[in-house]
Amino acid sequence: MKTTFLEFEQPIAELEGKIEQLRFVQDDSAVDISDEIGRLESKSVALLKEVYSKLTPWQIATVARHPQRPYTFDYIENIFTDFVELHGDRAYADDLAIVGGLARFNGQSCMVIGHQKGRDTKEKIQRNFGMPRPEGYRKALRLMRLAEKYGVPIFTFIDTPGAYPGIGAEERGQSEAIGRNLYEMAEIKVPLISTIIGEGGSGGALAIAAGDIVMMMQYSTYSVISPEGCASILWKSAERAPDAAETLGITASRLKTLGLVDRVVTEPLGGAHREPRVAAQSLKKALQDALRQLQDLSADELVERRYERLMSFGKFKEIAAH
Amino acid sequence: MSWLQKLLPPKIKRAEGTRKSVPEGLWSKCPSCEAVLYATDLAQNLNVCPKCGHHHRLKARERLDFLLDPEGRDEIGAEVVPMDALKFKDSRRYPERLAAANEESGETDAMVVMQGAIKTLPVVVACFEFDFMAGSMGSVVGERFVRGVNAAVEHQLPFICFTASGGARMQEGLLSLMQMSKTTAATTRLARHKLPFITVLTDPTMGGVSASFAFVGDVVMAEPGALIGFAGPRVIEQTVRETLPEGFQRSEFLLEKGAIDMIVDRREMRDRLASVLTLLLRLPAV
Repeated sequence: MKTTFLEFEQPIAELEGKIEQLRFVQDDSAVDISDEIGRLESKSVALLKEVYSKLTPWQIATVARHPQRPYTFDYIENIFTDFVELHGDRAYADDLAIVGGLARFNGQSCMVIGHQKGRDTKEKIQRNFGMPRPEGYRKALRLMRLAEKYGVPIFTFIDTPGAYPGIGAEERGQSEAIGRNLYEMAEIKVPLISTIIGEGGSGGALAIAAGDIVMMMQYSTYSVISPEGCASILWKSAERAPDAAETLGITASRLKTLGLVDRVVTEPLGGAHREPRVAAQSLKKALQDALRQLQDLSADELVERRYERLMSFGKFKEIAAH
Repeated sequence: MSWLQKLLPPKIKRAEGTRKSVPEGLWSKCPSCEAVLYATDLAQNLNVCPKCGHHHRLKARERLDFLLDPEGRDEIGAEVVPMDALKFKDSRRYPERLAAANEESGETDAMVVMQGAIKTLPVVVACFEFDFMAGSMGSVVGERFVRGVNAAVEHQLPFICFTASGGARMQEGLLSLMQMSKTTAATTRLARHKLPFITVLTDPTMGGVSASFAFVGDVVMAEPGALIGFAGPRVIEQTVRETLPEGFQRSEFLLEKGAIDMIVDRREMRDRLASVLTLLLRLPAV
């Protein structure tokens, strides 16, 4: 598949285009220009390294939303085996914006749940661009409960612009569905490991992300509001999204520093979409480490540890009580 | 614009536009029935319009004042105050916004928690202050809520929360999102000790507050006509490109959809809370 280039990647796009042309010429040329191609290729890698070494938070947000970015199903395929998808919330519908099912992780039974965006227009619409309705969250909760019943660990993968702001979603209790998940996740008696793989869009992300260990892929984002949304409220202009992205602190490295994220998973040079398998292997290693940290804890220890983790969140001052 | 409004000098027009629901002046107009109300009458009626029953917003402390018995009140979590962890800056710096909000509301953040009694029944009550940055939930709101829950657990008391909030506080970034998990997780401890948890949703209860502990109460009440929902009406309208149905996201709509247990008039709130609490706790009526 041809790589789609983002706006800030244009110099790289030009260089890679040139290399492509030269390769094409070389095929039916008597002159050997492989040296030249090699030189350009290393130049291209150097350029990619340089560009990616100083990405702004807004540029990272565009990488997180890259149309070729690996989605939950891509990670399932590359990390897990024997995946059996389970559908429906048993009350209203099967929300395709959240997928889940049983699988094996290194041979061991587990539950996998994640947001799923679509690749082509038809699938994008089917999956509502990864924006779940209440049914999606209720399906996720049903699967978490099932995992708890059989004592298997849960892996969640987060990639959503946010919960869907629609009439039906409100009528069927979008707020309740998200709040219920936050409540129940605090008490789930099996390991819960959450990874932000793309966009961590506010409450719609958090509703399946309040794990024992929360990790972020290097170029994913996690935010209380989208940079565009924040900019249009506080600056009265969505154009100021880059400024909002900067000040909101949405990147993996910033959130790790703030202590809200436990681990940042390194992505291949130029982002996970350039080498999805390599990205998956590096995530798999991180998931193994996380599971190892948790699997010897008793159910009570797990719940207590998760509770203490949540209670520690927040930055405030204490003054002498009056 | 009516001919009368056109005739008014601009200064008067502006003053009218920026009027708060509880003006310092003598008179105010009910936005619902347009009756001109004497401010003292309105305040004496708990900010409920005596003509049409419209529930105007009520400050956290005023609410606690009418709700709790005068004796034995004790504030919880006042020692927790906000800081600017992200060095957040939009058109204004966060500390400036905090100072302005403090000036406007007289509070140090958007929540006041008190231990006290409702008709002699001891309780802990947490109240959002909408006048402080639209009641937005940041680290301080989360921490005060949790300290309130902890006090309830320690003294084996029911916990009641009155919500009035636009949602999570953007100026604290992801820290504010985490308060959704933090507050909601804390309420699991009430359940463990079989301590009643009652939420009363008042106008407005949106976003991160609506989508956390608001609907997980043992009993969920709402005041009449309150706007309650996950996404704001404007966001929904822009997304679905449809006009929203009449009364959408109002308390009465939520009751019809099965989202809440009951709508309670503010003037009957004390009685209703006392009645539900005694029933849950298997105590004689008070």
